[in-house]
Amino acid sequence: MHKQIDMAANFLCYVQELGRQAIVLMQKIGALCVFTMSAIYGIFSAAFDFKIFRQQLLHIGFFSLPVVAMTAIFSGAVLALQSYTGFARFSAESSIATVVVLSITRELGPVLAGLMVAGRVGASIAAELGTMRVTEQIDALYTLSTDPIKYLVSPRVLASTTALPCLVFIGDIIGVMGGYLVSVNKLGFNSANYIVNTMQYLQAIDVVSGLVKATVFGLIISVISCYSGYNSDKGAKGVGMATTGAVVHSSILILLSNYFITELFFNK
Amino acid sequence: MSAKIKVVDLKKRFGRHEVLRGIDLEVETGSSVVILGCSGSGKSVLIKTIIGLISPDSGKVWIDGMETTNLSTKKRFAIMAKCGFLFQASALFDSLSIIDNITFFAEKLYKLGTSEKRDLAEQKLRAVGLPARILDLYPSELSGGMQKRVSLARAICTNPEIIFFDEPTTGLDPIMANIINELIIKVRQELGATTITITHDLSSADQIANAVHLIYEGKILWHGTKDEMKRSDNPYLRQFLAGSTTGPIAVDI
Repeated sequence: MHKQIDMAANFLCYVQELGRQAIVLMQKIGALCVFTMSAIYGIFSAAFDFKIFRQQLLHIGFFSLPVVAMTAIFSGAVLALQSYTGFARFSAESSIATVVVLSITRELGPVLAGLMVAGRVGASIAAELGTMRVTEQIDALYTLSTDPIKYLVSPRVLASTTALPCLVFIGDIIGVMGGYLVSVNKLGFNSANYIVNTMQYLQAIDVVSGLVKATVFGLIISVISCYSGYNSDKGAKGVGMATTGAVVHSSILILLSNYFITELFFNK
Repeated sequence: MSAKIKVVDLKKRFGRHEVLRGIDLEVETGSSVVILGCSGSGKSVLIKTIIGLISPDSGKVWIDGMETTNLSTKKRFAIMAKCGFLFQASALFDSLSIIDNITFFAEKLYKLGTSEKRDLAEQKLRAVGLPARILDLYPSELSGGMQKRVSLARAICTNPEIIFFDEPTTGLDPIMANIINELIIKVRQELGATTITITHDLSSADQIANAVHLIYEGKILWHGTKDEMKRSDNPYLRQFLAGSTTGPIAVDI
């Protein structure tokens, strides 16, 4: 009898803990939604700071270009090599150009650029805002009659959301170039044929879907990173955890949202 | 005299820890109130709740006759424009130069041009005893004492009616601490501002206070003038002033 009561009590404890965690999760999601809406609202307010927007556009867009370009060119090159190895088994080598361009524009370009920018920019935003939080600089903004979300978050969100599609578009071109270089110089493809094959089956929706993904990824990276940093716990450990959280959560959400956007565009 | 700041039955809890347990406080216009208390007694939470950085669980706060606990952001910022705040760790914006730090709010408020901005920043730097040559430096290039004085210059830049000082002398050597205390007295006299200072530095309290409040475990246990403080036989106050480890104030060793 006692054993059964203990088991029932243990079970209730688990249920209670599960419920508590579910409430905490819902509270966090709610807080994140309010934070996102405040940041978006801040973009359209008179207090929007264009000076910080320009700085962030440079930081997120221009300075991420080398990382995105390197990722894109080698992804395109490897894709061409791997496709050749596989397609040669059933004499479908001529499809390589199409596979490379579709893979790059639809998936690899936006996802890899998103992940690279999440690592580079997401960590930097979270660390910067986290440090501002623990050194009371965010509180100081408030005492100087300045809304910290409009001043710090909104420019970063707009910069990231506009920079990512540009980065991905450039990354797409460089990625296709990577495939072209390997196919023509190493695998012996005819240059003109490769270009014709590249363009033949490419549709506007392939590029547009990638750019839409990039826009969503830009929003995810900036909102998650700003939220992590803005709500950082005290101390070096708090900032460290905020930084790690920003990169991990951004990356997971990028991969998750990538699936749903793909479903939205290409589900027959 | 009317109350510039009035706090009634202010309560705040973080998880299971009740930090403020019904604080009542009145600060007269033009006075200099010092809130004394041990570390963890709720001083910083009190001052941050008064200015709205922390939302109270219950209780009310009036600043300049306006009830501030449920204000919209716009109205709260209008109240904040009357206030200056000196943070314990200075809280200077490390991505901005000293001139931009000092005139951060004034530039928007007065719509200052470049030369007016520089003039104002120079004037405020002089008021806190710093040379104009540091205007283009960044906070990381200054010593702790200089950062504190720049933070004070920022706090007084728009000539606020109320100035809050959060542990203004903590972490400073005795000479620099005295300089900061003298500056606090000087700016209060020059601006005619009402000031609230939280500290556990008795010498600082002795120099700058008109009225003193002792906070312990989230409640104001004693208040009176500086002279009354010295004569008081309140056991909590006596232990705090003597720095004794024995007495009603619990000491975690």
